[in-house]
Amino acid sequence: MQTQVLIIGGGATGTGLARDLALRGVSCVLAEKQDINAGASGGNHGLLHSGARYVSSDPASACECKKEGRLLKSLAPHCIEETGGLFVAVEGDDEKYIADFPDICANAGIETHAVDLERAKEMEPALSEKLIAAYAVDDATIDPFKLSLDNIAHAQQLGAILLRHTQVTRFEIHRHRIERVFLRDHVTGKETVMAPEIIVNASGAWAGEVASLAGADIDMVYSKGSLLVTQERISHRVINRLRQPTNGDILVPGGTVSILGTTSERTESPDAIYPAIHEVDHIIEQGAAMMPVLGSTRYIRAYCGVRPLISSGGLTDDRSVSRGFSLIDHGKEDHAVHNFITISGGKLTTFRLMAEKTADLVCRHLNIPEPCRTRTEPLPNTVDARWTEPGLAPNQWIRNNNPEDMLLCECEMVSQSVVDTIVASLRRRQGRPDMKAIGLRSRIGKGPCQGTFCSLRVASYLYDSQAFSGNEGVDQLRTFLQERWRGQRPLLWDMPLVQAELMEAMHCGLYGLELEQ
Amino acid sequence: MPAMNEMQCDLLVIGSGMAGMAAAMFAGQHHIDTVQVGITGEINFASGLLDVLGVHPQDQGIPWEDPWAGIRQLIKDTPDHPYARLGVDQIQRAMDTCIAFLKSAGLHYTTRHNLNSHIITPAGTVKTTYAVPHSMAAGAQALASKTPTLLVDFHGLKGFSARQIIETAGRRWPGLKQLRLAFPGTRGELYTEHAARSLDLAANRKALADLIRPHLVGAKAVGLPAILGIYRTSEGVTDLEHQLGVPVFEIPTMVPAVTGLRLREAFEQRLPATGIRALYQQKVWDAMVLPNGEFRFSAGGLAPETTIKARGVILASGRFFGKGLRADRSRIREAIFDLPVVQPKKRALWHHKDLLQPSGHPINRAGLETDEHFRPVDEKGQVIHPRLHAVGSILAHQDWIRQKCGSGLSIATAFGAVDAYAQLSRQ
Repeated sequence: MQTQVLIIGGGATGTGLARDLALRGVSCVLAEKQDINAGASGGNHGLLHSGARYVSSDPASACECKKEGRLLKSLAPHCIEETGGLFVAVEGDDEKYIADFPDICANAGIETHAVDLERAKEMEPALSEKLIAAYAVDDATIDPFKLSLDNIAHAQQLGAILLRHTQVTRFEIHRHRIERVFLRDHVTGKETVMAPEIIVNASGAWAGEVASLAGADIDMVYSKGSLLVTQERISHRVINRLRQPTNGDILVPGGTVSILGTTSERTESPDAIYPAIHEVDHIIEQGAAMMPVLGSTRYIRAYCGVRPLISSGGLTDDRSVSRGFSLIDHGKEDHAVHNFITISGGKLTTFRLMAEKTADLVCRHLNIPEPCRTRTEPLPNTVDARWTEPGLAPNQWIRNNNPEDMLLCECEMVSQSVVDTIVASLRRRQGRPDMKAIGLRSRIGKGPCQGTFCSLRVASYLYDSQAFSGNEGVDQLRTFLQERWRGQRPLLWDMPLVQAELMEAMHCGLYGLELEQ
Repeated sequence: MPAMNEMQCDLLVIGSGMAGMAAAMFAGQHHIDTVQVGITGEINFASGLLDVLGVHPQDQGIPWEDPWAGIRQLIKDTPDHPYARLGVDQIQRAMDTCIAFLKSAGLHYTTRHNLNSHIITPAGTVKTTYAVPHSMAAGAQALASKTPTLLVDFHGLKGFSARQIIETAGRRWPGLKQLRLAFPGTRGELYTEHAARSLDLAANRKALADLIRPHLVGAKAVGLPAILGIYRTSEGVTDLEHQLGVPVFEIPTMVPAVTGLRLREAFEQRLPATGIRALYQQKVWDAMVLPNGEFRFSAGGLAPETTIKARGVILASGRFFGKGLRADRSRIREAIFDLPVVQPKKRALWHHKDLLQPSGHPINRAGLETDEHFRPVDEKGQVIHPRLHAVGSILAHQDWIRQKCGSGLSIATAFGAVDAYAQLSRQ
């Protein structure tokens, strides 16, 4: 496989970089060991920061956030909901922080507007009666899946190649250059070898692991953050707690739901992470202080991501690590590897800037004088990415009014024709359709039943449409349900526990999936 | 406020799942003056298969051909399992009695000379069970002898693909062929209950047989999703077999399914004939013990509407899905009496990280601890009330989902508890 650039990692940065390079006419292959946004890019709030959260800890990042946020609102409006945001404090919160907040924001160039408490309660009725301060900011929400899927889809239209489930296993290095890269397809087991001119490590929390394959040393800090999805949307706007950033202090609307988070916990490895029960309880307690309904509302799902932080040594609080990004040219290091670049750190809000700076460096290496175009060229709204949007599948289904197009996921109203288009788009890019990939690209399994009913319906539909054969359906069901379970397990009390018992009765009691090892 | 209806009885059965239905049935056979209360819902989710024991030890996933030998081993290995309060003979008697009762209600079951049977599921996997509805018996036989079979599925029936079954089970059951039909007279989505009601009529069965017949070439049996009637299923199967000239069988569908509806209808129609007064549209709102030791309940649909006084109680309210148990973020409670619930120390211990962990989730073994008469006991082992018994899935120290013992557990403990209630009352 011939390519100028190999990008490792299919998160926001990697997919953004693929599009940036493709727009400059540079050929690239993106290898992702799982699927799009499998790491922190999919495990975050979907918050397009105004910057106000970082004003006291990291004013430079705050400023970057503000500029990039504005740019994305004009270039990728279909991925963004301009909700606006509030910073709110309740009785007992640090009064000095509250008093200093507007000035610190002003110094960093972040706009805030003081909001009268009565007015704030009208704007967001779920706010606590113990509200003592409220400021309006320019926060917005962004669908990180749509964003990355649109970035990669546009890059693919321009000739870039995406290899899902493909992991870099080895670099062959001669005279300080990576001559050959060995990759392994986890689905087929097939090995491939590539000889790209430049290799970009955009693997987020896995950046240290990938760099070590090239003998480079990056000291990563793995900071896990967990988040909870409510069954219903709780607020119109992004609600931030007006205090030093800590746990459970941001509530972000996401279409028909709200997302409450986060936590910050050190983990040993970015692999096999789970939202923990104590994190869930802590987030709920903290959130309920801001909005009491968060103490009693039904939660659908928990998830987590690992922030890709690069350590500068001697840290105590991972939130104090710069949220700015690191662009490392490994040709400039002691054990130089001249065609190897790492981009890590940063935030979802600044992904485009990270991709731009990385592409600039790549182009300098390749002597390509093309300027960045992602700063001016709008992100196309592609068909591939559209089904992540809550409400789109039901609207279309109702509009089409076709009784032959049956709903497979009844909670989120996703029909057979949506599954068909996702399968077709995966196939068009030489991908194999699997249930997790279909779930990632749609709302299937994301409603209250969390896959209890839709999993078998989708599996049998995929058999009927010849997408599945042999006994792979059993493994597909097991994998799909386990992925759902990861997010259900810490939230199993009250109704979700009732639902989970039914799920187990069906899938273990009747189908015996646990016996099909 | 309208005046409350008042009822008085010897025994109140709370719950209308399999355990509650079985308890009411046994109480009727003991001629105990019984009221049964509980909104029927959960039994609609029954697969129709009556398990007694499929798997033990569950972490090794070993299926038993002889469930009674399995139960003997289970009792030896886990003496706190509810089955250990009964022993094999009583469990067998309970099952036989229940199967005979269902037969009298027109719902025929088949067992394989006291051995377990194996049934193909819509996921293409094989399920080990004990008594199978007569309408599924030929399927167990066909699977066991790898009979070349035509599997019929229907356009619009979601979650049931003959191709999925054939592809998944093909290695252990070669010679399967698919036939996809449009269900006569429908378009778009096909609902199993609708189809089943239609196939209770001979004319519709004939229309279906006419569609299948041309495709029989080489097939020695025909398998269909479980839609062959609700009230006259056995008659329907026999009729189709006669028309097609080969054995015909049903395969379970996704729940809620007509297999559950048939069970519900059989119990609901037959129990009143044995003297049971049933309130299937009502649930228990609150409960108290009167100074004389009797119970007083209020029951109703959307609000309390009936006062029930009872000398004794069989609690068959199920687990979380049946609303017999409730959990908040910190603990599990019994919903009606707040009886002590044996449970893991904290929520972090309720479930494994792996959904399909072979040993099963510890929360599934939480529940009520009882004495040998199925009377709930407190932490010190003291009986909480001399005439309060608990049966079915609410009991602790069992994992009916993984052990594949749900129906057996419900029926056998109901048998044991009603028997104990009757005996203790005579003393």
